[in-house]
Amino acid sequence: MGTRNKLIYLLAALGGLLVIRNLYVILLQFPDEAAQGAIYRIMFFHVPCWFICFTAFLAAGVASILYLWKRRMVFDNVAVSAVEIGVVFTATGLVTGSIWARVIWGIWWTWDPRLTWAFITLLVYLGYLMLRRAIDDPTERAKNSAVLCIFAFVSVVITYKAIDWWRTQHPGAVLSFRTGGGNIEPAWEMMLLWNFLALGLIAAAVLLIRLNQEQVRREVDGLRRRVHEL
Amino acid sequence: MRFLRQAGTIAVKDLKAELRTKEAINASLSFALVILLLFSFAFDPTAEQTREISGGLLWLVFAFAGALILNRSFSREQANDCLDILVASPVSGAALFIGKAVANAILILAVEVVCLPVFGVFYNITWTKRPWWLLLVLVLATWGLTVIGTMFSALTVNLRLRELMLPVLVYPMMIPSLMAAMQLTTLLIAGEPVTGEDIVWLRLLIGFDIIFTALGIGLVETVLVN
Repeated sequence: MGTRNKLIYLLAALGGLLVIRNLYVILLQFPDEAAQGAIYRIMFFHVPCWFICFTAFLAAGVASILYLWKRRMVFDNVAVSAVEIGVVFTATGLVTGSIWARVIWGIWWTWDPRLTWAFITLLVYLGYLMLRRAIDDPTERAKNSAVLCIFAFVSVVITYKAIDWWRTQHPGAVLSFRTGGGNIEPAWEMMLLWNFLALGLIAAAVLLIRLNQEQVRREVDGLRRRVHEL
Repeated sequence: MRFLRQAGTIAVKDLKAELRTKEAINASLSFALVILLLFSFAFDPTAEQTREISGGLLWLVFAFAGALILNRSFSREQANDCLDILVASPVSGAALFIGKAVANAILILAVEVVCLPVFGVFYNITWTKRPWWLLLVLVLATWGLTVIGTMFSALTVNLRLRELMLPVLVYPMMIPSLMAAMQLTTLLIAGEPVTGEDIVWLRLLIGFDIIFTALGIGLVETVLVN
């Protein structure tokens, strides 16, 4: 087993164990919230999902800039893997948010700026994945999708800042680094960060698996081209 | 100076080519009128609510009709390998991009100027209450749509499924500008001033214009050169 595979198993195992530990504390040790009751617990997954989505899209943006600068395929691999992870976590964030909204607001969805922008971000990055499928030449695909990835990141920034720019129905910032503290019970804030770490470890494991796949796919494509030449 | 002259030459070239064939602008204009007609089936045209959603309606028309013009912007250069010659010429990628964007913006503005009175007549709306503000919003938002559309037209020019891919990519990216334009246009058609909280929309419109123009100028060379 190669070092990278060992790392994948290690990250996934650590992430999995941490999720189980966090679930134990969230479900069995934390009391219900005074106003929201039991449903507030979904926030311990909703908020970290969005952190991972923002981190993944930022990583994809940086990898895209690096690709355009250095022209090394490994950066393209990182970009597409990170975008796929970002898309999955965006979808998870939207679903967990909708479930919370159904209980607290009584509706699954509202066209609030934060929600709308989150949805636009999902569409933009799905467009990125579609664009990749439409281009056959690997260099052309890497180059054009890198440019799109940089454009797409604008929507991530707007989603992140939407709660500051507009008066939204979506709750405002809760974490201390944005509010200066006092908006959330310290134990809960710690748990948000712990779950961010847990889901982040799992996301990192998936990223490494996807990187392996991309590398193998490129090798297969190269071999196939050589067979065609024969 | 040289940059502006080159961009100007490209813009004039595109406008001349378009005015001689009138391919894109005719299609765009007729499509805009068809959508304006279709809206009349979607709701009661005489209803008072028309005014409240007028900004949204107008910009949907402009975005759909404008896409036809933007779609053609780079693909028209594919015949006789014109695009390769343009890229190989001493004109920089940025000048080519700005020139094409200016030409597209002028064409789309022309479609908008025709659509506005037609919209006013069909839906019984007085849209001339604040003409200069409306013109400012039209120009700023059209530029926003145009830089994104021109950039993505360059990005998708070599694709097999170009006509299918462009709308999927371009509309979500246009939403920042479209959203601001819709809000402001609705206000201005109602005759209200742009003050207080609504200034944020004008700021957004200008901000996105600057961001997307800068990104376009910075990245277009990479997209065009193989």
